[in-house]
Amino acid sequence: MNKTFNNKAWWMVLPVFLVVAFNALVPLMTVVNYSVQETFGNNEFFWSGTIWFQQLLDNDQIRASLGRQIIFTTVVLFIQVPLGLTIALCMPRKGPWVSVCLVLMALPLLVPWNVVGSMWNIMALPDIGLLGRTINAMGIHYNYTRDPVAAWFTVVLMDVWHWTSLVVLLCYAGLVSIPDAYYQAAKIDGARPWAVFRYIQLPKLKHVLTIAILLRFMDSFMIYTEVIVLTGGGPGSATKFLSIDLVQKALGGFDLGPAAAFSIVYFLIILLTSWLFYTLMMRNEAN
Amino acid sequence: MSKRYLVPIVYVIFLMLPIYWLVNMSFKTTNEIINRFSLYPHEFTLASYRTIFTDPSWYGAYINSITYVALNTVISVALALPAAYAFSRYRFLGDKHLFFWLLSNRMAPPAVFVLPFIQLYSSVGLFDTHLAVALAHMLFNIPLAVWILEGFMSGVPKELDETAYVDGYSFPKFFVKIFIPTISAGIGVAAFFCFMFSWVEMLLAKNLTSVAAKPIVAAMTKTSSASGYELGLLAAAGVLTLIPGAIVVYFVRNYIAKGFALGRV
Repeated sequence: MNKTFNNKAWWMVLPVFLVVAFNALVPLMTVVNYSVQETFGNNEFFWSGTIWFQQLLDNDQIRASLGRQIIFTTVVLFIQVPLGLTIALCMPRKGPWVSVCLVLMALPLLVPWNVVGSMWNIMALPDIGLLGRTINAMGIHYNYTRDPVAAWFTVVLMDVWHWTSLVVLLCYAGLVSIPDAYYQAAKIDGARPWAVFRYIQLPKLKHVLTIAILLRFMDSFMIYTEVIVLTGGGPGSATKFLSIDLVQKALGGFDLGPAAAFSIVYFLIILLTSWLFYTLMMRNEAN
Repeated sequence: MSKRYLVPIVYVIFLMLPIYWLVNMSFKTTNEIINRFSLYPHEFTLASYRTIFTDPSWYGAYINSITYVALNTVISVALALPAAYAFSRYRFLGDKHLFFWLLSNRMAPPAVFVLPFIQLYSSVGLFDTHLAVALAHMLFNIPLAVWILEGFMSGVPKELDETAYVDGYSFPKFFVKIFIPTISAGIGVAAFFCFMFSWVEMLLAKNLTSVAAKPIVAAMTKTSSASGYELGLLAAAGVLTLIPGAIVVYFVRNYIAKGFALGRV
């Protein structure tokens, strides 16, 4: 659409700008402020330069959290994106069952995150949970509060339960928007199902898949509530991801400086990765 | 029925299992939960639900949650509407930068904002109010609402606006009488997403409140600390948090497919 140039449009954007600026700029300035200062209480602050950032880079604990976070996000993306795409491709396009499917699938997305954690906690308890009991009955020793492997398995399964539907719904939205004429043309050409997927569906889904991967990357990188309720970051620190580490530092220890430096680096990682991914996807589109 | 439908069917069953287990637990007595493994409640009881509906610290928490979610949804959509219109119809100084700056807030981890939010809202006297939580959630919801609405509005041809002006409509009258009804589906979807995020978020909601505006997600943490481990009560509280989501999703069921593509496919 060709838009007209009109600076008066700023008046319409102004309320949004003010609310978001109040909410985003003031806290971000606070964080930046803390990240370069040292405090001993009494609201007295001293300039400390980049010491917190240097400590952050040398901190083995944070590096371990970052490593776990990257592994978790990678695993979750590699399960949820193909799985979600497959389910969307297998779903009926018309008929009364479509609504039923969509409503049931959207349900996990509307469950409060701490309830997701509680739900899986109850589900996975080794003695009285459906999942825990079933796995133990199969002869596999399973206790997610003691065994790091079991804890990881439970956390990943919980995230698959919670978020795969987002990928399904996005892909499904993309699929139904492909006009019938494309499929008819493919039929006339005698295209096999694989060719239909590769040359018609996948290119048309590129946009929604980009959104799906971006959203899943961001949200899994910020995961906090579900994990803190389910495992509390344990056993030991086996499932301690970045947000858990950060909240412990900021609210538990009130280490303002280190926590602020951590916050800035954390935000920048997400911002840069998202930007890189988005730019790469869109450049391919331009070619 | 074709074989490929097995995939969505198995998936939906997988989704429903933990929900069933939660509902199952909520109707059991504490005694039954601890002492035996049963696929359905043998001693059916409504005791957990009775506790929630008679104890003000429980049902009050539900009311608090619904209050800030409603406040957040209404304000977010109301502010996002004119902004999205501006982005979809006009070019103006710094429009692209502004749009991406707005969206970048969606990428901020809530954990980063917890501490500064507590300090900011305390200093302006908003700590422990519904408005504080609603405002905090707006940081994430307004950008999303603007994005979704802009997508839907760009799908409406500009001729609609021009015809209305020729017919003698003023801008506010056109916006309220013609434009808003035209994009009502988009408004529904935007409201759905605002509701969704605000209802499920816990970290900010819990830390920005203490007593007066304590949300249900924070109230639930007391079941594991105060008096032992009351799984039945926890399960019942969990089941009750599913209901608003189920109602909302039922209302927007016909728009889900389009809404999730954010009007942009």
